[in-house]
Amino acid sequence: MKRSISFSVNGDTVQVEVHPHWNLLRVLREELELTGAKQGCGEGECGACTVLVNGLPINSCIYPIMEVEGKDVLTIEGLASRDGALHPVQEAFLEKAGVQCGFCTPGMIMSAKALLDANPDPDEEEIRQALAGNMCRCTGYIQIIESVKHAAALLSSIEQEA
Amino acid sequence: MRTFDYFKPVCVEEALFLLNKFADKSKLVAGGTDVMVQWKKRIISPVALISLRNIPELNFIRMNDCLEIGSATTHRSLELSADIKSKFPAIYDAVSNIGSVQVRNSATIGGNLCNAAPSADSAPPMLVLDTGVNIVSSDGQRSIPIDQFFKGPGKTVVQPNEVVKSFSIATPPENTGMAYWKHTRRSAMDLPILGVAVLLSFDEDIKTCVKARIGLSVVAPTPIRARKAEEFLLGNVVNEASLDEAGKIAASECSPRTTIRGSDWYRREMARVLVKRVGLISTERASHFSKLES
Repeated sequence: MKRSISFSVNGDTVQVEVHPHWNLLRVLREELELTGAKQGCGEGECGACTVLVNGLPINSCIYPIMEVEGKDVLTIEGLASRDGALHPVQEAFLEKAGVQCGFCTPGMIMSAKALLDANPDPDEEEIRQALAGNMCRCTGYIQIIESVKHAAALLSSIEQEA
Repeated sequence: MRTFDYFKPVCVEEALFLLNKFADKSKLVAGGTDVMVQWKKRIISPVALISLRNIPELNFIRMNDCLEIGSATTHRSLELSADIKSKFPAIYDAVSNIGSVQVRNSATIGGNLCNAAPSADSAPPMLVLDTGVNIVSSDGQRSIPIDQFFKGPGKTVVQPNEVVKSFSIATPPENTGMAYWKHTRRSAMDLPILGVAVLLSFDEDIKTCVKARIGLSVVAPTPIRARKAEEFLLGNVVNEASLDEAGKIAASECSPRTTIRGSDWYRREMARVLVKRVGLISTERASHFSKLES
């Protein structure tokens, strides 16, 4: 039997009819048409489905939808401002070529965003730890790590201007 | 359609009521990083999932005379606790290297232990800390030492009508060092080929061992203590030679299997090597702590 649950996605409150066995990723992609988060392994190994729930990165492919009730979900679609201006982490990934095929990118960026929210000036080891759960089969990770370092610099310069 | 109903009790009493109501047709779920995958792979098909995520009395880290950890505390909360890192570094070593940040934000220490994988990372540190497991049912409470908790792969002493509530750990005596080493092929997102935790307490000169605990995973159907190696170290001067011998004894206490991650002889050999190495790290940490305290 379907249940009705309500939660916030990228700042908007949504009400969705769900089967209790659905996971968050399915609801984002199939019900809410937010297809930024990707289904990779479906088992919490690859990180392509990473979104933030109450600010913390989780694997949405194994996150029970019934646990999302009343919580705040942030997906890659919610990062850019409403006028279309990219978030500094997105800018940094473009500038440092941290994107190749793009499949892992939404998850990478959400993990990077969560890291930089908690730790604005991470060292390389901390970046590698934070991204350990996001697999990339194209880049060899070097440009991705450079992108996160650049994002930290961009965010700190914005901070200083403000 | 294959589905389940999902219940979100807000107190232990309510969880126990649901557990009694649905009995063997239900499954407890905390972070879901094991349970949701088992459901997807059709290993389990419960009628009701009973979530322990929304019960505040299961989610806490309390440090008074002893350390108490709620069973539904995430690995990430433990990893970020300054007290855990400074006072119980073997727990930190284990919980900071389980899965990814995403997994650690969901997965709980109670879930890791109740899932009872022979490779459970949190098991060896909890074994060397003589952890008490506090279990509750509608009939009352009981506490059992963690070395009696595991019964086999995926099996524990927890009965179908019971919930693991918390873990109690006594503060180790002065001059104690502890560490956990997860032996893996890659440094992240891997299961251990072997897991080794060592806790050593010393007399004041940080030489003679007054307490020894060695916890091993993936060397037997359950995580185990290497009791003969512990007995050998007790009262002995701890140095490279005695830890070498302790490693040999510990290896003889192992009965590992050959699996995709490693063969039996390799696991036994690495148990010998790693008991020594982790013993040296523990000794170094004990001497570091004693300098900090003096």
